[in-house]
Amino acid sequence: MWFPSIRMISWMNILVCVKQVPDMEGRFVPNTDESWHEESGLAWRMNDHDTFAVEQALLLREQLKGGATVTVLSIGAARVVETIRKSLAMGCVHGVHIEDPMACERDPWQIASMIAGFARQRKFDLVFTGMQSEDRCSAQVGVLVAERLGYVCVTGIIAFAWQDAAITVERELEGGRRCTVRLKVPALLTCQPGLNTPRYPTLPFIMKSKRAVIEVLLPESVGLDEPKVSSRGFRAAERKAPVVVLEGESKRLAVEVVSLLEQRGVVTGRGGVR
Amino acid sequence: MKLLLVGEYRDAGLAAEVAGLFGFARLLDAEVSMVLVGREADLPAFEGRLWLADVDTYGEYAPDRHKSLVLEAARREAPDAVVLLHSSYGWDLAPRVAAALNAALVSGVTGLDDGGYVVECCNGKMRRTVRPLTEPVVLTLQPGAFGQDALNGSPEIRYLEADGETSIECLGFSRPETGIDLSHAVAIVSAGRGIGSKEHLGLVRALADALGAEVGASRPVVDAGWLERARQVGMSGQNVSPGLYVACGISGSIQHLAGMKGSGFVLAINTDSQAPIGNVADVLVVADLVDFLPLLTAQLASRC
Ligand SMILES: Cc1cc2nc3c(=O)[nH]c(=O)nc-3n(C[C@H](O)[C@H](O)[C@H](O)COP(=O)(O)OP(=O)(O)OC[C@H]3O[C@@H](n4cnc5c(N)ncnc54)[C@H](O)[C@@H]3O)c2cc1C
Ligand SMILES: Nc1ncnc2c1ncn2[C@@H]1O[C@H](COP(=O)(O)O)[C@@H](O)[C@H]1O
Repeated sequence: MWFPSIRMISWMNILVCVKQVPDMEGRFVPNTDESWHEESGLAWRMNDHDTFAVEQALLLREQLKGGATVTVLSIGAARVVETIRKSLAMGCVHGVHIEDPMACERDPWQIASMIAGFARQRKFDLVFTGMQSEDRCSAQVGVLVAERLGYVCVTGIIAFAWQDAAITVERELEGGRRCTVRLKVPALLTCQPGLNTPRYPTLPFIMKSKRAVIEVLLPESVGLDEPKVSSRGFRAAERKAPVVVLEGESKRLAVEVVSLLEQRGVVTGRGGVR
Repeated sequence: MKLLLVGEYRDAGLAAEVAGLFGFARLLDAEVSMVLVGREADLPAFEGRLWLADVDTYGEYAPDRHKSLVLEAARREAPDAVVLLHSSYGWDLAPRVAAALNAALVSGVTGLDDGGYVVECCNGKMRRTVRPLTEPVVLTLQPGAFGQDALNGSPEIRYLEADGETSIECLGFSRPETGIDLSHAVAIVSAGRGIGSKEHLGLVRALADALGAEVGASRPVVDAGWLERARQVGMSGQNVSPGLYVACGISGSIQHLAGMKGSGFVLAINTDSQAPIGNVADVLVVADLVDFLPLLTAQLASRC
């Protein structure tokens, strides 16, 4: 008699949520109603935390010897397709774009409503998101999605292991302390830098990603909630102390800095710190 | 205004930042109650109701159970706002509570402004004012933003129980060894992601030597394996307060600032004149550190 081998999960359906954000070294100019910033003049890339989410999904697929599908989802204007292709170039297979030119003005509740609406249709076992987005810094979307789906959720993971259909993760706490946690799928995990080392895209995947067909959906088809907050007064952070800003030729700057340090008594004439 | 504060018990004690929750309430002149998963032996001092659940029963990290407890306290108190810290505990728990209450959540509040809450964005470089469109609202406060005043009073304790089910099994806590103590260093030169590659660490070390300083780092430098984790300065690293702190290619995220804002003199070297490190620096040198650091080191050395 033949017995099939019993495995809890023979195929993992994994979702990774990636956000495209501006490079933070750019110059941010408020838009006309100061609800957010102008888009012109900024360079765009994948949210740093999300690169760790992509990598973890790919590592798990490798551990499962390919027994997993990794879908990557991004919500945003047409430009976010570049970020989806970047994930495909790293090795993700399916790219999904919820095309929403207003996405950057949506609050976390609305973004979560779309992600959860999409995820509910596709029945994912495991969802990876970043712990927070660098532009919004809200750290909300992942947990809100999990709550909507009724999935177990752990935030800010810096270690991940999959064994015998259970997941063990480490959460990072204040002062470098860690908490080890075990859970089962279906689950959503939000990823912290330090979790792994995101890979560089490789040539075969880059070629594939260029040709890949990306599924495009509209917000209405997945469900878009009304906002819960409004945003205004986008502005530069106020500087607490009147900071001395020195610019110019480097050699002259070095001389200036040393005399400033001496003046303020931070270093003494003899070298070394006071 | 009526606030339900969510206290925080961390590493066998009441978290010191909890004082900021009361500071915030004072600023709003609000009536307060608190819900806390903690221990009766270590309670915050304040006047008001304290909904207490025992940490031995409900765990330090069991967010689904803690959510039930907070919701139960919120049901009894009917507050205008549920207020947590924007800490590893708070940012994990707050969205769960907000989702259940179908309420707006404003994360990382640093101030009040024009009927709204001021929050940081763009990695600390920019600010905006967020106004909730629902009632109640859930807030998380940036630790330290609302003062650390001593508390007084004695709360009226009410014991709280909730569904004990959890689908998250906490296996325990650990603390990676450090070995390097930066907390007593008189001077620290820290390397940030702006150093670009491990090779440029030499420039940072040379400057540290010239100053008789220790070498520190921001998190990405440690994550990349360029320096030992024990040298990380910030929220998840060490708290330092040297007389001189030199930030080389560090943007100044709130988590990094949390570990070094007690420093005496702060010198920052950054190509971006708008980098938020400028908010705490005494001097911000706008320059490429690859050019500038060797010149600064040479200039310091030439004085002897
Ligand atoms: C829960 C949590 C805990 C965290 N804990 C910590 C912590 O303990 N410590 C910590 O540091 N971070 C921590 N972080 C990470 C933090 O949010 C930031 O991501 C991190 O501090 C950024 O490091 P950075 O400034 O070196 O890099 P970036 O933010 O990338 O900044 C690099 C800077 O270098 C400048 N630069 C680039 N090239 C040059 C050049 N050639 N010359 C001069 N300047 C240049 C850029 O203008 C930029 O300002 C934590 C994050 C989270 C979410
Ligand atoms: N527009 C978006 N498209 C896809 N994922 C997103 C989007 N916005 C946020 N996320 C995910 O949610 C995480 C947390 O975002 P936030 O709550 O904005 O800090 C990010 O790291 C992403 O993984």
